[in-house]
Amino acid sequence: MTAHVPDLKAEKIAGGVNSDARHDSAHKHVIGQAVYIDDMPEPAGLLHAYLGLSEVAHGAITAMDLSAVEAAPGVRLVLTAKDMPASNDISPTARDDEPVLADGLVQFHGQPVFAVVAETREQARRACRLARIEYAEKPFVTDIAELDRRSARQVTPPLTLARGDAAEAIAGAPRRLKGSMSIGGQDHFYLEGHIAMAVPGEDMDVTVYSSTQHPSEVQHMVAHVLGVPSHAVTVEVRRMGGGFGGKETQGNQFAVIAAVAAKRLGRAVKIRPDRDDDMTATGKRHDFVVDYEVGFDDEGNILGVDFHYAARCGFSSDLSGPVTDRALFHCDNAYYWPAVMAKSAPLYTNTVSNTAFRGFGGPQGMLGCERVIEEVAFATGLDPLDVRKKNFYGVGERDVTPYHQRVEDNVVHRVVAELEASSGYADRRREIAAFNATSEIVKRGIALTPVKFGISFTATHFNQAGALVHVYTDGSVHLNHGGTEMGQGLYVKVAQIVAEEFQIDADQVKITATTTGKVPNTSATAASSGTDLNGMAARDAARQIRDRLCDFAADRYGLPKEQIVFLPNRVRIGNQEVAFADLVKQAYMARVQLSAAGFYKTPKIRWDRDKGEGHPFYYFAYGAACSEVSIDTLTGEYVVERTDILHETGRSLNRAIDLGQIEGGFIQGMGWLTTEELVWDDRGRLRTHAPSTYKIPLASDRPKIFNVTLADWAENAEPAVHRSKAVGEPPFMLAISVLHALSDAVASVGNHKICPRLDTPATPERVLMAVERVRRASGA
Amino acid sequence: MVATRDRIRFLLNDETVKVADVRPDETLLDFLRLRRSLKGTKEGCAEGDCGACTVLVGRLAGDELRYEGVNACIRFVGSLDGCHVVTVEHLRGTGGGLHPVQQAMVDFHGSQCGFCTPGFVMSLYALWMRSPRPGEAAIEKALQGNLCRCTGYDAIVKAAKAISSYGDAAADPLAVERAATTERLTAWRDGARVEVGQGSQRFILPAHVDDLAAVLEAEPDATIVAGATDVGLWVTKFMRDIAPVVFVGHLEELRGVWIENGTLSIGAGVSYTEAFEALNDRIPALGRLIDRIGGDQVRNMGTIGGNIANGSPIGDMPPALIALGASLHLRKGAARRSIPLEDFFLDYGRQDRRPGEFVERIEVPLPAGDAHFAAHKVTKRRDEDITATLGAFHLRLDGAGRVASIRIAYGGMAGVPKRAKAVEAALTGQEWTRATVEAAMERYGEDFTPLSDMRASADYRMTASRNLLLRFFLETSGMAGPVTVGRERAA
Repeated sequence: MTAHVPDLKAEKIAGGVNSDARHDSAHKHVIGQAVYIDDMPEPAGLLHAYLGLSEVAHGAITAMDLSAVEAAPGVRLVLTAKDMPASNDISPTARDDEPVLADGLVQFHGQPVFAVVAETREQARRACRLARIEYAEKPFVTDIAELDRRSARQVTPPLTLARGDAAEAIAGAPRRLKGSMSIGGQDHFYLEGHIAMAVPGEDMDVTVYSSTQHPSEVQHMVAHVLGVPSHAVTVEVRRMGGGFGGKETQGNQFAVIAAVAAKRLGRAVKIRPDRDDDMTATGKRHDFVVDYEVGFDDEGNILGVDFHYAARCGFSSDLSGPVTDRALFHCDNAYYWPAVMAKSAPLYTNTVSNTAFRGFGGPQGMLGCERVIEEVAFATGLDPLDVRKKNFYGVGERDVTPYHQRVEDNVVHRVVAELEASSGYADRRREIAAFNATSEIVKRGIALTPVKFGISFTATHFNQAGALVHVYTDGSVHLNHGGTEMGQGLYVKVAQIVAEEFQIDADQVKITATTTGKVPNTSATAASSGTDLNGMAARDAARQIRDRLCDFAADRYGLPKEQIVFLPNRVRIGNQEVAFADLVKQAYMARVQLSAAGFYKTPKIRWDRDKGEGHPFYYFAYGAACSEVSIDTLTGEYVVERTDILHETGRSLNRAIDLGQIEGGFIQGMGWLTTEELVWDDRGRLRTHAPSTYKIPLASDRPKIFNVTLADWAENAEPAVHRSKAVGEPPFMLAISVLHALSDAVASVGNHKICPRLDTPATPERVLMAVERVRRASGA
Repeated sequence: MVATRDRIRFLLNDETVKVADVRPDETLLDFLRLRRSLKGTKEGCAEGDCGACTVLVGRLAGDELRYEGVNACIRFVGSLDGCHVVTVEHLRGTGGGLHPVQQAMVDFHGSQCGFCTPGFVMSLYALWMRSPRPGEAAIEKALQGNLCRCTGYDAIVKAAKAISSYGDAAADPLAVERAATTERLTAWRDGARVEVGQGSQRFILPAHVDDLAAVLEAEPDATIVAGATDVGLWVTKFMRDIAPVVFVGHLEELRGVWIENGTLSIGAGVSYTEAFEALNDRIPALGRLIDRIGGDQVRNMGTIGGNIANGSPIGDMPPALIALGASLHLRKGAARRSIPLEDFFLDYGRQDRRPGEFVERIEVPLPAGDAHFAAHKVTKRRDEDITATLGAFHLRLDGAGRVASIRIAYGGMAGVPKRAKAVEAALTGQEWTRATVEAAMERYGEDFTPLSDMRASADYRMTASRNLLLRFFLETSGMAGPVTVGRERAA
């Protein structure tokens, strides 16, 4: 790379906000020079750790003979629960229910029981297989469908949302129905698996390079287990090869083991599980069973709903509390429920503890909601889209959510109307009906579904962020903040914001690895909040420095501050223009501080969980998708013929990045709802633990025609950073349109009289079985 | 007595590598990352399914140098003797900038987290070299073996279409240097048997097929490796000791496809890719089936012979070949024998292959001009997925529209690839009508008792398998509407 020469005549900076700046690492990605943790130069004497996993789903360890493990070639250390110096707990919400290594009791098949540290990774991995562990097996449960969902053991307290009297509204409604829906989980399948490398320092110190979305939490966990102050632990991550929520808490275990071994041996230690072990031993998206009852009238107006959201949480709480909470927060999607009761049931199972995953329970909440819409449509004979439109939140009326927050920024009507027109929904529905009338085997279906997603952490205190900005005397800028880069383009967006603030080209802003040593007490990069929070914090830091430069210039040149104007790569001071770098140099010589820490906390939000009332979301993000599918009624195989998406990201900071999030989120959501199936066997073993058995979408699974549009009129009603909106999670739920299109195609074999009640993932098998069921029920 | 050599040699980018200390199960990915610090090639799954480790391997096929994308994670270093390995670090644009493939990926925002990206770059590079202006279908096929979890692929497909606007494939360094590279690799052909390693921990590349027969007589318990798309996982997933290894993928004599007297012969070492090239025009249904086996990388490595010899109940070629009436030709020392392919599969995990014996070729009687043949594979995900059920059908009708002969074989429905003999019997001699087909569909229970597993339930396997016969009937009887769904786009 050559040094940047700023254009001092430019009308606009390169790479500011509202530009289509490329991902900052794109160039490095394509040449293979982007450094992930396993690519870092290895410290001399590096050792490798590997995990030994339990071989029963539930049982007491009665004997553990690790002598062969210890004697295996290259082995330097074997760790068990008793080797954790100060604590064996890494539960992220301090419920003390998640051991680093199982201590006497294993609660799922694949739970880490011990760790081996050896000279090479292969030696450590081979040694793991030599353990002799005996268990007194106990009864176990992997599937919540086998449980009494109203009374079974819970891992964390449930939530109730209520507004109005749902029972009375349903009882008094002209029509009622009830049902349940089973929703499968999802593995994150980040391409880079979990990894951590710990380098011991002097005193109590340790530096951990961790593939994590939450460096501060890794820091706290490592400190907690080692029994040292947080100041002794530094956690750093430059980039992850994908996260999607799977690295919000699940990296803790690996980081802790690497750190414990490193401090014990005085040597650097790296740990990287094989893909199968990663998928077996780390948490996933929660499976749900949603029970629903709805009261409605013949016109499709929904009068009252009752939801019960039961979730497979696994053996510990992890983030299951907030995940199941968010499911309830989205039991309304974009619809006004005149009376509503929604309860969560975060259930204990003998499976890996489920965790955050893009949407964080919201997608499951929304799926239950959309099933109710579908049921009402079938019951009344109305087009599901008409039922949807009838029940949308109003503007200025019918706008109170089940959690008593008013929807103040509703644009769902406009989004859906525009997409309905641009996708040709009405004409295509007629064409599909004509096609289905003459096609015996292949049937088509179409659906248009909306998304309204609440933006903010529902734990209010997480909605804060810090940043650190330095300006060097040559005018170049060092940027650091608490957000992590997992591919979503956070780093480049924040750099755009800082560049905009200083009015300098974005490549003058050096993006640096997230580290707890520069910005402390950060929140996870999660809840779609990365840019909203860190962008604002970085802007605050940049603005402080800019204001100091402005004050300095006004003072030095004897002008009012209004006459100091930051132009692209230069500053107009009265009648003259000075290069940004020159002004910086002058300021330095005059002893002006050119470094600042920025901070931001989201305004307006509050949440009282006990009452189920508040204003948990700063704003909502909206979108809609229309999908058309073809199914083969002999095998259940299907293809997505076409998808049209209209999504709004406020005034987009970077349309290219936002489109990438929308397309990628949609396809990932489609995988969740179609081919990605988690299967546990009768011994409680996960059988789908590698890409050979767990099928995420391929290029050839994407819609044959895929039209993705950003609403160009959109603007955040709240003063979020540059009036943009969060984009990480909301598009994931656009994929619900694919499920409903499949359902529509299935329903055609029964003349659309019977709701197919298609559960997810809607594999070809489930589609075929639904076809057969609808045929039988309709006597066709 | 053949000459022997105790080290393997290959080109790695522009460097000659000569190594003797190669473990028989050492993978190319570990070699690149651990020994050479070439960290651009990533490990995503270590089982040949995600494509993050894709590199190109140039090999001499006859006198032609062929570059193919392969999964470095399951490719054994020993198998690279005489090859040119090209990793992402080797790509350069003219003038030192980005290579056209890389520039297109950058400009079309084809990377997000970037971890899968080098693998995509390499797969697209291989595609661009053989097809500089690929259509959508060719791009999708080329990317069947590459997983991306971030982008949703549209940006990558757009980049793939645009590569040639960034540069001329004919001016690409690998194309320009093709003659010189061919010469270098040809000069290394010394006709020697290569044996690296000591004692049982050896990797052996026989000099020719007769030498293979001799080596296997001496080492009857050796693991025979061709493409390593299955054996690779024995190492990376199960950590099994596979030594000594006898590699056969380099033996030109096993890589032929030829037709003689109406019989098609396929050498045991013929890759899926080569089989596709040789068979797609002649038996299009086989071509379509091969398109759904693995991804491009696996098809470049995996062989028809290996797919049979490893005896998997869900191998995809055996049912199709059984339906066609194929025979298997085996050799042990100088002794040769042939058996009907279906007789090779004795029971789950057990085949009629004796110690020291190896598969030489498969012979397939070409279907008659008026025969109907189809092979339908059903999976959870359309591409690069393992069979839930696969039905292959080979039908001849007589002049009166009656079934003169029908052979039906399934994969995924039993512990071995298996004929549906009761169903065949129910159809043979009958009129080929929907009524007789529907009656025959009731007979499946006599032929199969499938299992439930993570790929499909027994119920689904049975229902879908029956329905595949109906699909075959509808296809052969010229139904007006579509008989199934597919990736083809409406004109």
